[in-house]
Amino acid sequence: MSDSGERLAINSDQDVVRVRQLVRTVAVAVKLSLVDQTKLVTAASELARNTFVYGGGGSAEVTRVDNGRRQGIRIVFADEGPGIADLDLALTDGYTTGGGMGLGLSGARRLVDEFAIDTEVGRGTTITVTKWCR
Amino acid sequence: MALSSEGADRFAALLEENQEALVGAWNDRVVETLRGRLSRTELHRQTGELRRAFQLALAGGATSLADPSAAELRAQLSELSTSRARQGFTATETAVSVFAFKEAVLESLPDDASVLREYIAFSTFVDAAALFTFDSYVQVREALIADQAEQLLELSTPVVKLWEGVVAVPLVGTLDSARAQVVMERLLQTLVDTGSPYAIIDITGVPAVDTQVAQHVLKTVVAARLMGADCIISGIRPQIAQTIVALGIEFGDIATKASLADALRYVLGKTGQSARKPRER
Repeated sequence: MSDSGERLAINSDQDVVRVRQLVRTVAVAVKLSLVDQTKLVTAASELARNTFVYGGGGSAEVTRVDNGRRQGIRIVFADEGPGIADLDLALTDGYTTGGGMGLGLSGARRLVDEFAIDTEVGRGTTITVTKWCR
Repeated sequence: MALSSEGADRFAALLEENQEALVGAWNDRVVETLRGRLSRTELHRQTGELRRAFQLALAGGATSLADPSAAELRAQLSELSTSRARQGFTATETAVSVFAFKEAVLESLPDDASVLREYIAFSTFVDAAALFTFDSYVQVREALIADQAEQLLELSTPVVKLWEGVVAVPLVGTLDSARAQVVMERLLQTLVDTGSPYAIIDITGVPAVDTQVAQHVLKTVVAARLMGADCIISGIRPQIAQTIVALGIEFGDIATKASLADALRYVLGKTGQSARKPRER
């Protein structure tokens, strides 16, 4: 059971900021605690930037979800970029192919409750994260 | 339907003969939409000049707005857009100021159908002029926004002297690469100018600290260290601390404090000074 989500294109640094603002607005609306808001916004920021920098641009869809007991937020980041060849390596702390700290993907996974990644070389990457209200 | 050169001549003559009545009728229409935000005298001057520019363009044989003889008219229209945009009028209000000219001209036309075709062509000409105004309006606004963004970048990254030998950078808002660069340059320059051995970077106003922000802050700290200054990061709120831990970011041996006051106390402690309240005598 879920409302229809809001979809944003990610094609620039400004779009990353927009995704962050949208996630924060929705996080406040579902009454996530301040700590969880900050964690989710930070995870969204990392993943949106990955979508832009490594995926060559894509989109983020933010949806309010409800599993009957708890409310939450689901965000789907999708790109049609090069995909991730070695997922285990990409999820290793400190590994980066760009100039970053190598903590974005692995860190984002620790910041959310559910983390699913679907990637194939040459087809693109879709990452779905969910954060539930406590 | 483009204006024929005979049509252009005819309207040029019409605009000249009826100039008083035209400008009056034009003003009456525009003044309603502006709701007193522009004085009647000012408006009268603008419409008077525009009418003259239209007349000159048409008399010069302009059949479309792109003609060389319409250059003066285009300049007038841009000037109108610029002043309206800066005064905060909307794009519609600006374009309507030009559209209203058509109605004013219609009133001065002789009461027969013979000029109808020419009037429609003339009307297309004025439409083009109004759209031109609209375009220049948008350009002016975009230039204004770009200017403001740049000013904001300058304003939002002050480096302040907090104490003898201590400078502080209160960061507010999103720290992207462009801002991080400005912050670093400012901080390093201030360290040189003031000869301060300590710098405090306060991130209270940064809503989310992700790996990019952390990396920018860390680079700034390393650069300051290379210049011999010690950096303290302050303003780490509880939710930010928990997020940083979950992300796995390590600040190493860099001193971090919860508030700017704590950071200042820490620095003063290190330099052997203390911040006591002045004692009453």
